[in-house]
Amino acid sequence: MSNSTSKQVVVALVENKPGVLNRVASLFRRRNYNVDSLTVGRTHKGHVSRMTIVVDVARTDVRQIVSNLYKLVNVIDVKALTGEPHVSRDLALIKVRTDDVESRNAVTEVCDRYPARIVDIGVKYAIVEITAQEDLVEHLIDELRPIGIVELVRTGVVAMGRGVRILDTDYEPVNHLQNAGDLERYGV
Amino acid sequence: MLLSGAEIVMECLLREGVDVIFGYPGGAILPTYDAMTKYPQIHHVLVRHEQGATHMADGYARATGRVGVCIATSGPGATNLVTGLATAMMDSVPIVAITGQVPRAAIGTDAFQETDVTGVTIPVTKHNYLISDIRELAYCIKEAFYIARTGRQGPVLVDIPKDIQNEKIEFVYPEGEIRLPGYRPPMSANETDVFAARDLINSAKRPIILAGHGIMMSGAVQELRELSERAQIPVSLTLLGKGAMPEDHPLCVGMMGMHGNAASNHAIQESDLIIALGMRFDDRVTGNLKTYAPHAKKIHVDIDPSEIHKNVKVDIGIAGDLKTVLTQILPGVNGNNHPEWLNRIRDWQEDSSERDILSNYDGDTLLAPQVINDLWKFTDGEAITVTDVGQHQMIEAQYYPHRRPATMLTSGGLGTMGFGFPAAIGAKFGRPNEPVWAIVGDGGFQMTLCEMATAVQEQVDVKIAIINNGFLGMVRQWQEFFYEERYHATPMVSPDFCKLAEAYGVPSMRVTKREQIQEAVEFAHSHKGPVLIEFVVEKEEIVYPMVPAGADLDKMLRRPKKGEQ
Ligand SMILES: Cc1ncc(C[n+]2csc(CCOP(=O)(O)OP(=O)(O)O)c2C)c(N)n1
Ligand SMILES: [Mg+2]
Repeated sequence: MSNSTSKQVVVALVENKPGVLNRVASLFRRRNYNVDSLTVGRTHKGHVSRMTIVVDVARTDVRQIVSNLYKLVNVIDVKALTGEPHVSRDLALIKVRTDDVESRNAVTEVCDRYPARIVDIGVKYAIVEITAQEDLVEHLIDELRPIGIVELVRTGVVAMGRGVRILDTDYEPVNHLQNAGDLERYGV
Repeated sequence: MLLSGAEIVMECLLREGVDVIFGYPGGAILPTYDAMTKYPQIHHVLVRHEQGATHMADGYARATGRVGVCIATSGPGATNLVTGLATAMMDSVPIVAITGQVPRAAIGTDAFQETDVTGVTIPVTKHNYLISDIRELAYCIKEAFYIARTGRQGPVLVDIPKDIQNEKIEFVYPEGEIRLPGYRPPMSANETDVFAARDLINSAKRPIILAGHGIMMSGAVQELRELSERAQIPVSLTLLGKGAMPEDHPLCVGMMGMHGNAASNHAIQESDLIIALGMRFDDRVTGNLKTYAPHAKKIHVDIDPSEIHKNVKVDIGIAGDLKTVLTQILPGVNGNNHPEWLNRIRDWQEDSSERDILSNYDGDTLLAPQVINDLWKFTDGEAITVTDVGQHQMIEAQYYPHRRPATMLTSGGLGTMGFGFPAAIGAKFGRPNEPVWAIVGDGGFQMTLCEMATAVQEQVDVKIAIINNGFLGMVRQWQEFFYEERYHATPMVSPDFCKLAEAYGVPSMRVTKREQIQEAVEFAHSHKGPVLIEFVVEKEEIVYPMVPAGADLDKMLRRPKKGEQ
């Protein structure tokens, strides 16, 4: 998590349905919210996905963001995590130049000082992987930059409240398909 | 019962109690149009442009409180709905729009008349559906109606591929409750807020209630009146709040905002407590936010949690249904009176009446305020008026005081020109036994006047009052004040509206003198069916008071008093 105080982490449980990501993205665009990163993936319940959204709230009250997200019919629950103890992680894959001894040694040396490892190494390039808080990831990138970054990808932040705070839903989807008449004709 | 998707659509509309739908056919919705022939209980009104269908559904919904329904084909039919959906969205009007879509197999191929309608309408609907399986169809339509009419109401669109309309299935209507995990509109206030709100109300010296559309939407007219009368709190209305409190009530100070009553705006700025009920502090009612109601504590009740603290930070923000919340608060509200405060307001009102053009004018040219005020007089103040957007809209708001809820319908949030006439048609379908007047400008009327043919075909008994000033008057006013009178693109040549009406088969009359107004109104009422009255009025009239955009609410441009020029 970045230390900058204008960033907030918002997590949302959403129905795992087509178009939901589009609705969320559309909301952020039309309300002019500044999104740093947005990640989405399934949860342990197939019908529920979870989004972690890092927003810059310099101009917007985070309560506004939460209540507007909640207004979307497919959003089941929303919570702003910042201000509560939580764990957050960002993952980066960084391809760096390692085509001479100095660069190879430099990369190894830097990685030793971070929760990072080299996951692929060749004569010209190596791929470094780091999973850590966002600011650590950024520091690592800064240190690798002078050696020569040629490609970089990040997942964006995912986050979870610590301890007994649980964000979950006991909602079970209505199976419309099972309730609507003659099923056999559809091979269900 | 083996039914096609198209028939399922009609079955669902029947179960929702729908008796009229407004629409326009086309290839992708044809199966549903064909199914309509088997459902004569549901009357289909053929419009002349799909935008008209949305405004009619909207007018119907505003006039009745029920969900309005419109229907269109894919592609251009559906995109023509966008303005009407956005209008309904901004003003929280419950409508369900049904659109045909190309067959599923063709989706994503740029097929003939394919548009990503659910994509296009995300920002202008409360929710929308693209049906992907016939077995979801009935659920989705049921959900659509439920979402449209609950919580903060709004438009919902259901897009149905043509092959699903044709497909057949053994149909069972989904009885039982709707379960939407992420949809729980707030209802009541918590005790802490209720007590805190009462305390503020009971101890305020200069309180004012700001009543909005929400009063009508939640049916809280009685509760509002009770609160106002018991604690002797003056009530100021938003444009859409007109009708929440009878405007001839001594505690009603009339409309607030950019063209509101000066008394309302002064009172808001000097108040020590604002009780904002079902309104959303739009920039048109607050003026400069930094200087807005600087001495006031603020209570805000709205059904939509995202409205609380959005524009104005408040001391007590309650997300809940107004009727429920007011019922919670009322028992602890003490009888009270604020004679000094009410007297101060009366002084402002008196000052305003000294500036009223109706009492200070001795020219010959007909004025829009005269037209509206006489219309009020000769309709006994009981007509349902549906306005378009512009100067005439603000003049109606100022000179046609309404007594009953949902008798003044207007596009407030979006300010959609072209809304008035079709919305009046829709309103008449909803309330057939009440006189309905569309009050429109010469500009806005020309945006949707094609619906005259609809009104004739359906013999809709709606009266059209065109306030013809030869200008896009409201824009001209801005040019006069803020662009050194450069009247560019606002003078307007119009057709001979009376001849045009004749061509459509609509009886008409032109009024140029005040003495003719009564006769014109009687003429209109004596004909069943649509009638058009063209009022030729002063071209360069100004709507006063005016708070320039972004100015402090009480820094109004005022009409000079007599002899003060
Ligand atoms: C669809 C649309 N286009 C443009 C505007 C901007 N606009 C607001 S008022 C107005 C002038 C309206 O003229 P008219 O209908 O003649 O009414 P008047 O102000 O003269 O009474 C215009 C162009 C609008 N509100 N809606
Ligand atoms: Mg005009």
